[in-house]
Amino acid sequence: MNTWETVIAILGLAVITVGTRGFFLYPDKELPLPAWLKQGLRYAPLAALAAVVAPEVVMTQGHLITTFKDARLYGTLAATLYFFWRRGILGTIVTGTVVLVALRIGLGW
Amino acid sequence: MSEEVLSGRPIWRDPEFARGSREMVGVSLGIAAWGLVTGVAMAKSGMPLPLSILMSLLVFAGSAQLAALPLIVSGAPVWMVWAIALCVNLRFVIFSAQWRPYFAHLSRWQRMLHGYFTADLNYVVFMSRFPDPKPSPEQRPYFWGGVATNWPAWQLPTLAGLLLADVIPTEWGFGFAGILALLGLLYSLLSDRASCVAAGVACAAAIVTVALPLKLNIVVAIVAAVAVGLLMDHVTPTEAKPVEDNT
Repeated sequence: MNTWETVIAILGLAVITVGTRGFFLYPDKELPLPAWLKQGLRYAPLAALAAVVAPEVVMTQGHLITTFKDARLYGTLAATLYFFWRRGILGTIVTGTVVLVALRIGLGW
Repeated sequence: MSEEVLSGRPIWRDPEFARGSREMVGVSLGIAAWGLVTGVAMAKSGMPLPLSILMSLLVFAGSAQLAALPLIVSGAPVWMVWAIALCVNLRFVIFSAQWRPYFAHLSRWQRMLHGYFTADLNYVVFMSRFPDPKPSPEQRPYFWGGVATNWPAWQLPTLAGLLLADVIPTEWGFGFAGILALLGLLYSLLSDRASCVAAGVACAAAIVTVALPLKLNIVVAIVAAVAVGLLMDHVTPTEAKPVEDNT
């Protein structure tokens, strides 16, 4: 792509950000959604988060990892233990990242 | 804006603005690390720096940017770039249905402006503060307070990553902090047995269908989790949440 095509692609991407995030906000009248669907949608955010996180933890380039010498596993484990001990997200991030970086630099995992 | 005139002070002086800002700080650390890695990845993709900066500032959707970049750089047709971004962003369509009750009273322009800033973190943090889908005056200052933390926490490290790509050691793996931020948010949403089962189903579905193009495994996982969640709500009627009856 040349520069102007890329700029157009980028502007289109920005429109897509607004269009998807504002999809049900745009109409003035509420779009009729069945009650069961509204109730079911409460599971959507946690599903989206789980779907982003899970492959990042246990997969490498589209395949399940086959070794336990992977720093991500222990980083995730440490983060999980911290969260259910203290319930703070900041500590969860710091604990998991410290374990992961230490294993990666220290042991090369 | 009428609400601010009525309350006699600008929105950023509202105590809820400070609270929204504060409650976003923890997760923003993870988002900052993720933004840094995204910036480095963008710099190393071969896209010219000014265009990368333009993309980061305007598009404001990390996963869509990372998905679209290799296509742009390799000269794929522009419709394909947009198609992949659309699929990666489909979850936001679902989120927007849940934002609606909070923002429905605003003008269309205001609603879309709010919508633009509703990234994943804003969604989860806001919804845990206001689980009841009814508008209240604290919500707008709280929302913009969160944006005031989240936006720079994403943009500034992304710019730093773009500019300092050659000296940042991403092989240390600190970009994983972004995933851990999402993990922490996920855990904070697990309120009952049904949500735990739904999350488990989503994990399995996303892993099994990871080979699907355009990150459609995320959409499959959402559909599977919603289906299982609904099933569980019906099997255990005591836990069913009250819903407004439109029939």
